[in-house]
Amino acid sequence: MEIPGKNSATPSTDPRRSWQEATLVRSSMAAGNVKTLVFRVPLWIPHQSGQHYDIRLTSPSGYQAERSYSAASAPEERDVIELGVEILENGEVSPYLWKLPEGGQIEIRGPIGGHFVWTHDMPGPLVLIGGGSGMVPLMSMLRHFDRADGSGRPIIFLVSARNLDRVLYKEELKALEAKYPNLSVIITLTDEAPPEWQGYRRRVDGGMLRETVGKVREGMPMTYICGPTGFVEAVSRELVAEGFAPHLIRTERFG
Amino acid sequence: MIINDDFEPTRGRDKRLPPGQYETRDFPVLSLGPTPEVSTDEWKLEISGLVDHPLTFSWEEFLTLPIEEVKKDIHCVTKWSKFDTQWEGVSLDELMRRAGVSERATHLIAHSHDGYSTNLPIEDVTGGKAWVAVRYEGEEIAAEHGGPARLLVPHLYFWKSAKWLKKLEFVDHDIPGFWEVRGYHNYGDPWQEQRYTFD
Repeated sequence: MEIPGKNSATPSTDPRRSWQEATLVRSSMAAGNVKTLVFRVPLWIPHQSGQHYDIRLTSPSGYQAERSYSAASAPEERDVIELGVEILENGEVSPYLWKLPEGGQIEIRGPIGGHFVWTHDMPGPLVLIGGGSGMVPLMSMLRHFDRADGSGRPIIFLVSARNLDRVLYKEELKALEAKYPNLSVIITLTDEAPPEWQGYRRRVDGGMLRETVGKVREGMPMTYICGPTGFVEAVSRELVAEGFAPHLIRTERFG
Repeated sequence: MIINDDFEPTRGRDKRLPPGQYETRDFPVLSLGPTPEVSTDEWKLEISGLVDHPLTFSWEEFLTLPIEEVKKDIHCVTKWSKFDTQWEGVSLDELMRRAGVSERATHLIAHSHDGYSTNLPIEDVTGGKAWVAVRYEGEEIAAEHGGPARLLVPHLYFWKSAKWLKKLEFVDHDIPGFWEVRGYHNYGDPWQEQRYTFD
């Protein structure tokens, strides 16, 4: 039934309030198990790096599934939203998103969240610690730094992954590291490493944190940790033990 | 609305699932920073604000109060729901009776050890709807799940069930808490899907 003045096609003025139709404009592999999906939305507002979007799928039977995905893009990347979607075994939503062709549509709303965010007007060094696909929102922060800041503040991006194939955005990180002498990207591989690998080969621990992010502790860095619950618990506990101020550590966990 | 023609649901639509939620058997963690380490030796619960008898309980004192067993479904705003979770805790009705909460009190503000807070209308914590939980599935509540003691208000999204509970403050006006001023809904009814500020 049509209700006058209640046409559902009328776009709301706030994309956080209602679902809108998002169209896939391009996709690529961010890592062996994570796909980059870039959507165009009719009503775009800038997010803050670290915020997420909700997506919704509706089956012909009317069944709906919703999931949250962090934005990987910088807020300066106008009109589009880039997500990083990890393929999950027995997943309900991620296999569909992986198969979505260019031009395919889903529903999306956001951006959402107001704590796990970094904006370049926040002073001091920036410490990013990501486990696996937990790198996604941290990459948005780094891209935001690149697009809007570019200052000489120290930035350390510590990445933990099972193997090199599971490290997201490798080429882009290499390029950003070459561009900014104040940025260091440190990768630790927990399960397997190529024979020539010179980097860390273990889970993040107190010693590793001391040798890496410990260098900027005195500068009162904002620290963002994202990854599986066990990873975030362990890393945040070690950081507090290393003298990092708890109120400057912000965490986001994947269920 | 878009219909995703090739989308084949693999999870059932259980009547106990509020809209947009899916069932998990795990117990995922949502929190904003490092887990505070609160030992039962140093733990205290303060009941204050608009009360006739402000109270402070040590852990030992708190465990002498009548403890109820409750089995409830819980719903996290991050979209997981977990069925039949078993808790032991002291009913808010009991705590409010002992403290003598004033009729002027309209809201409960729950405060946590990490500086977190959340707001609840009085009618949502009275009449057997809320507890201060001290045990989960027959054991002490793990630190990452809010131990030693957390609030349990299972009919609202689970961020209202504040972890690492430190203080229950009764007030005569609403004071939106940590997530409520950061884009999340002020009330948070899962069945109305009140996730975010505008819902």
